[in-house]
Amino acid sequence: MGARFERQRHLLDFAVASLARRPAKNLGLTLVYALVVFLLGSVMLFGSAIRREAGVMLADAPEIVAQSMVMGRHDLATGADLEALKGLRGIRRVEPRLWGYLWDSAGAANYTVMVPSPSDAAHALASGEAIVGEGVARARKLAVGKPFFLVSPAGKFLRTRIKAILPQASALVSSDLVLVAEADFRSFFAIPADRYTDFAIEVANPREVSTIAEKASVRLPTYRFVTRADMHRTLEALFSWREGLALALLAASLLAFVILAFDKASGLSAEERREIGILKAIGWETSDVIRMKLWEGTAISGTAFLAGLLAAWVHVFFFSAGLFEPVLKGWSTLWPRFPLSPEVDALEIATLALLTVVPYTAAVVVPIWKTAVTDPDAVMR
Amino acid sequence: MTSASLASRPRGSTLAALSTCGLVLALGALIAAALLARPATEARRESGRALARELGLTDPALFGEARYTRHPSQADLASAFQDAPTGLDHFPAGSLVAAPRGFGTGHIGGGEE
Repeated sequence: MGARFERQRHLLDFAVASLARRPAKNLGLTLVYALVVFLLGSVMLFGSAIRREAGVMLADAPEIVAQSMVMGRHDLATGADLEALKGLRGIRRVEPRLWGYLWDSAGAANYTVMVPSPSDAAHALASGEAIVGEGVARARKLAVGKPFFLVSPAGKFLRTRIKAILPQASALVSSDLVLVAEADFRSFFAIPADRYTDFAIEVANPREVSTIAEKASVRLPTYRFVTRADMHRTLEALFSWREGLALALLAASLLAFVILAFDKASGLSAEERREIGILKAIGWETSDVIRMKLWEGTAISGTAFLAGLLAAWVHVFFFSAGLFEPVLKGWSTLWPRFPLSPEVDALEIATLALLTVVPYTAAVVVPIWKTAVTDPDAVMR
Repeated sequence: MTSASLASRPRGSTLAALSTCGLVLALGALIAAALLARPATEARRESGRALARELGLTDPALFGEARYTRHPSQADLASAFQDAPTGLDHFPAGSLVAAPRGFGTGHIGGGEE
């Protein structure tokens, strides 16, 4: 055991000395390698962190949302339809909801204007009061007690006073919200008394959601019913799509790196070939040469992988993936400022290692083996 | 190079082990910090979850430029082309947000597993 360990240690000593003889080349390779790991790692860590964050926060989304459709477009729901739904067996509660979008030219952003549920005591509002999300407060430089004005597309003016600002902890789901009282909402958007944006349905038995939605769609055939499972699937598709898209783009850089590594290894320099030849001439076995070169590769890929992962972690969780922000934000002016929290996922780290270390190892081992099995005399010539 | 200076220089394997240990320790420290911060993280997520439950929120507030990017789960079907039948997608986020999957007929049941 001791002798075998010493043998491997001597091989590693030799590999490190061999790397140190070509510092610029090997340092450059390690840096490029670490950069590839950093980019792929940042995308993976960011994608999974945001998916988890949104998944947890939206876990209690309404069980079913019923939307009225007219000519394939979303329309206002009526009070009569509300009564029709309430009479359905298995439905515990139907909550008529009022919400809509408002383009605010002062903040140059789209807000989601919403009326809190009457059962939500924490966000109860009197006429003339408003609660805004963190993004709205930032865009309009608002503070509690300050006046906040909105202008409707019809030119109607709504004057409110800020009652509270929603906490930054929930910015991921609430950044662009403007909560107002029902009376203010109706007069601002000119919505008649028995019209609603949609209905949130709570069912008595969560396992019967699809059955209830089916029965409700028979009763209200012009409505579209979106279940919580549908919402979660959309959320999953949204983030997987984005992560997949970024990874697909980065796959090109990974491929370029593999080609670089393969090219470097297959075109071993004359000096390296001579070194292998001398080692074989003085009695090294082919397996020793390959082991030594494997140690070289392990030193490079291990250092690059760890350094790249470390940098990706710091980039995503300490700098909120700042390098991706311009791409992610698009035209979104109220991009929420939310902290991302890491969750240790061994599978994720293993996948990253598989995506980066394996292609590199595969690219370098074959050319080295080909050189190592050649006759030393031929190699040195 | 004298034999004394050679003897005082650390071996390559020692240097490699030390640098690996340094990187692993730094990574371990970050992971440990994440584990230690977990109760605070859970509390923060719980407050967001409570708010989403109270207000009945359905989608993350990431891209506010259009209906189908702000509320992808509530948008019309095939909403990328809702403003004109052959209209191209206007917004940068449109290339990042996928069309809703598994909605089947638009009624429940078709997309359920």
